[in-house]
Amino acid sequence: MSTTAPPLSRAGAAARGRRPDRRKPADNVAGWSFAGPATLVILGFSLIPMAWALALSFTDSDLMSPGRNVGLDNYRALVQDPVFHQALRNTGLLVLLYIPASLAAGLLVAVLLNRKVRGIGFYRTCFLVPYIASATSAGLLMGYIFDRDFGLMNGLFVKLGLPVQGLLSSPSQAMFVLTLIFFWTRFGFSVVIYLAAIQEISKEVLEAAAIDGASRWATFRHIIVPSVRRMTVFLAVWGLIDALQFFDLVMTTTKGGPASSTVTIVYYVWQLAFNFFTAGYGAAVAYVLFVGTLLLIVAGLLFARWKGAMR
Amino acid sequence: MRRRLPSGWHLVLAPMSAVTVLPFVWMVLSSVMTQGELNRFPPAIWPEGIDLGGYRTVLEGSDFPRWFLNSVIVSGAIVLAQLALCSMAGYAFARIRFIGSRVTLILVIATALIPFQLTVIPTFLIFNKINLTDTLGALIVPQLSSAVGIYLMTAFFQSFPKELEEAARIDGCSRFAVFFRVVLPVAKPALAALAVITFITAWNDLFWPLVATSSEANYTVQVGLTTFQGQHRADWPAIMAGTVLTTLPVLGVFLFGQRRFVQALTGAVKG
Repeated sequence: MSTTAPPLSRAGAAARGRRPDRRKPADNVAGWSFAGPATLVILGFSLIPMAWALALSFTDSDLMSPGRNVGLDNYRALVQDPVFHQALRNTGLLVLLYIPASLAAGLLVAVLLNRKVRGIGFYRTCFLVPYIASATSAGLLMGYIFDRDFGLMNGLFVKLGLPVQGLLSSPSQAMFVLTLIFFWTRFGFSVVIYLAAIQEISKEVLEAAAIDGASRWATFRHIIVPSVRRMTVFLAVWGLIDALQFFDLVMTTTKGGPASSTVTIVYYVWQLAFNFFTAGYGAAVAYVLFVGTLLLIVAGLLFARWKGAMR
Repeated sequence: MRRRLPSGWHLVLAPMSAVTVLPFVWMVLSSVMTQGELNRFPPAIWPEGIDLGGYRTVLEGSDFPRWFLNSVIVSGAIVLAQLALCSMAGYAFARIRFIGSRVTLILVIATALIPFQLTVIPTFLIFNKINLTDTLGALIVPQLSSAVGIYLMTAFFQSFPKELEEAARIDGCSRFAVFFRVVLPVAKPALAALAVITFITAWNDLFWPLVATSSEANYTVQVGLTTFQGQHRADWPAIMAGTVLTTLPVLGVFLFGQRRFVQALTGAVKG
């Protein structure tokens, strides 16, 4: 969102500036009475809680009472907390697998869907269905399909003569299964965004490439991939935010188990605050995740800019 | 330009889309199976007959109808509020020069980067302080407007020709009259896109309703379904019937407003 903010406000200034006039008092009243309510709700439910969460992270609040000031104790405790480390590893694994997979599969499917074939609209719809279904539905459904004892997946393995797998009941497999389910529910978004970007590539460029005898791969590599670069950066940032907030599917399938093998950072925040009633500590974990996310995004955008400059 | 037969692509596209959608097809099939068909290994792929036991358990043996109604109320209220508040705000940011408009817009859009898990604990404490937790109101109020909604509407009004409004202004209409009588009727496509995306988000939300409600009477479908699974561990047909009923409204809205939904997604990215 933030990456697109500056052009919008610039366009707004240009649209408004037919005359470089002074603001009229009546416009201030009208403007704020139009924009005030919506702005108040958004800023009220983001900036105030954000400041409050920071204050909370320096206390031992149990959610019901304000708690004592404990300084940096919560942040110090984080460094030693094995579940937090596990949550970081699990979330990191999800991010590292999900982002490249959703970018690659999203672009591939978008390219496949960008053609005039009868029934193409039906195919496009299919890829979005998992995206609009709730994580609760997807989690319950997939939780059953990937169930160790009754699930369809193990049924399929047995039919194929393969050994039965632990899947969601196995500490070593559960996070990978969840990553696969997450990918299934989310990658339709990358398809839609890439498809819109590909459809904007000018026909002349593609025709010129065809006349020059460019192979399909060359067209993909040298025209399509560079043309959708902006969307790739956006989708990587969006995917990062999305994956770091992974919660719903964990809640409806494994509840963090077996043996903390699927505890993600946000699931841990929820547990700390609303299950274990250590809200102060939960706020500290949430803050570390937030600052970490921002740093990763800034690093990613700088990297994208640097790569852009190298071209 | 391609000289290929279209059927060649179906061989690639059909299996790929099948993999994404077949789980949902099986969700519907399993919801009309018997417990015996699902509680064996491997489970049945195709139901022997249509058994509505699962649906009966959900609709008559649980609070599901209540949760469904709660979800309708909460999502409906959120959609109506966002249509009104976000379109008004978007119009102001796109058209009216007022003190602080640019800074406020940037600030509003920047809040999209603040993850909910950061604000959820204090938000819960705010509602706890005013004794509003465990009410439907607590589920509605934080979502009365959204950064994405304001952004979408601002972008829409910026690309919207001004002539119509200016004519009305010259005729002496007030800003409010212009907005409600002249602008809103022509903004229907953007409002439809906003409504579709807001409904799907609100209906599917789990985190906040899970935190904010504690008595079963105030659950939304998503929260209810999550607890339902815990209480009916082995009753898979009932759980599947619940997921089918929970998915139907978003699927209906999506199929009905797919074009608008895609516009909203791609519009929010391109700006």
